[in-house]
Amino acid sequence: MKLVSRKHTEKFTARFFKACGFGAGSVLIALSLMLVWNAAAFFIHVKPYDFVSKTQWDPTGSPSAYGMLSMLISTMLVAVGAMLIAIPLGIGTAAFLAEYAGRKLKNMLKPAIEMLAAIPSVAIGFLGIVVISPGLAGLTGRSNGLNALNGAILLSVMALPTIITVAQDAIDGIPISYKEASFGIGASRWQTLTQVTIPAAAPGILAAIMLGVGRAIGETMTVLMATGNAIALPHGFFDAVRTMTATIAIEMGEVPFQTTHYYALFSVAILLFIITLVINMIGEYFVGRFKKFEIR
Amino acid sequence: MQQPKLSARGISLWFGEKQVLKDIDIGFQDRQITALIGPSGCGKSTLLRCFNRMHDRTPGVRLSGHCYLDQEDIYAKSVFVAAIRRRIGMVFQKANPFAKSIYENINYGLKINGVQENQRHELIVQSLKESFLWDEVQHELHKPAAQLSGGQQQRLCIARAVALRPEVILMDEPCSALDPLSTAKIEELIKNLKADYTIVIVTHNMQQAQRIADNTVFMYMGRIIEADTTPNIFNNATNELTSSYVHGKFG
Ligand SMILES: Nc1ncnc2c1ncn2[C@@H]1O[C@H](COP(=O)(O)OP(=O)(O)OP(=O)(O)O)[C@@H](O)[C@H]1O
Ligand SMILES: [Mg+2]
Repeated sequence: MKLVSRKHTEKFTARFFKACGFGAGSVLIALSLMLVWNAAAFFIHVKPYDFVSKTQWDPTGSPSAYGMLSMLISTMLVAVGAMLIAIPLGIGTAAFLAEYAGRKLKNMLKPAIEMLAAIPSVAIGFLGIVVISPGLAGLTGRSNGLNALNGAILLSVMALPTIITVAQDAIDGIPISYKEASFGIGASRWQTLTQVTIPAAAPGILAAIMLGVGRAIGETMTVLMATGNAIALPHGFFDAVRTMTATIAIEMGEVPFQTTHYYALFSVAILLFIITLVINMIGEYFVGRFKKFEIR
Repeated sequence: MQQPKLSARGISLWFGEKQVLKDIDIGFQDRQITALIGPSGCGKSTLLRCFNRMHDRTPGVRLSGHCYLDQEDIYAKSVFVAAIRRRIGMVFQKANPFAKSIYENINYGLKINGVQENQRHELIVQSLKESFLWDEVQHELHKPAAQLSGGQQQRLCIARAVALRPEVILMDEPCSALDPLSTAKIEELIKNLKADYTIVIVTHNMQQAQRIADNTVFMYMGRIIEADTTPNIFNNATNELTSSYVHGKFG
């Protein structure tokens, strides 16, 4: 009797999970189809090459212009800037926590860092406007500091908790025997950390970075608030920019349904999707390469 | 008897409140293989690790007494730990190659010990040959060490130690995770290394001790009970405990 009922539950859970899997899969497929469909409608009107190679974005002008290169470069600028700050800082902090920090300090810092992840992005954007912007303005002598650098700084703050937590787990996961092998041939703590422990933890650290990059590219609210929202080809970190996500968020609310402009925003979204996908694939490739060296 | 190459004089060691080594006095002769035997938990690994200062950063460890390499006090303030570790290599129970290629596994140790770049390749090849690994890996030196078999990995770890041209090699049950064939290879290798190095090997395998060791040291509950030539320990032990242990009556 008991056995029979157990068999039933087993069957039921199997079906339940199958249904969940199919559900998630179909949502994903439906979403992709909708994106592709709308993008296709756009590319009937505008050549894909013009879309990605022209810098003029003026959907409401006459004639209208749909060049999104400025936005693309803005997104890259902010994301790359954020990573330039967050990767060294994040891995450094993770390594410090894993290898150098005492128990007490660790127990204090870890929750604080995790708490950082819970701050809503609007609050961080606000911080950008009232704290970082005046600071950057003072530093550069311009009227305000709402620019790519501001966005990069904020995004790095947002990506840091994830990068630190995931990278620290990876470093903590390296068995002590590796480190002893390194100390045993006369290596210092620093040499062991940089040449044995971190390379051994590389797959996990790379995963941490990928999560951070994903966050930096996809984040909307913060960059919308802090980067100045000027659609023009940026010449550096001190120019105001408008990223792809910010453009979609700003314009989607007011665009008439099923116009070229409406379709254009979908195309921006699909490009964003492709970029994230490609970056993830590159990440996966390197994770795979490092994994070959992993010793279990 | 001549001066020992490596010795412990009055070594006691505590983990917190627990005393694990009790007034250890022992010398290891140059270019001889000494086996360290005794029941599990008697302090063999702990003693071995004293000699290359592996306890230095373990919290709660207290150590008294002296260890000498030749006449030099290993724990003297003026001694540079890395220098000691270069002269006293260690091979661990579980093979622990780095997450690097075969070549880099050995190259790393040479690099951090300041061996000139143009001398490294020669040393790497040499140490692989001395560890009987060369024939098996010479065409795939840049393959991840992780893809080697367990026995090959352990021989790589020996090569890594040998490449630094240490004076002493400490081995903590280097064969305990290996099959008989790999074990035989490593025993052969150890016997070969004797010509150039002083070797101390911890083992639970009585046959192994008799096959390879010139001298054998029997430890029990943190003390050295008896140290003598291997035939004497196994056939004419003076201590009751020793003879019952080597004849498998406890352990
Ligand atoms: N880091 C440590 N902290 C506290 N106690 C320890 C530590 N390392 C070892 N010990 C204790 O010290 C004693 C001796 O351990 P050791 O590893 O030297 O034994 P062993 O003779 O090598 O045993 P085995 O043959 O099982 O390897 C054991 O009782 C062990 O529990
Ligand atoms: Mg042991």
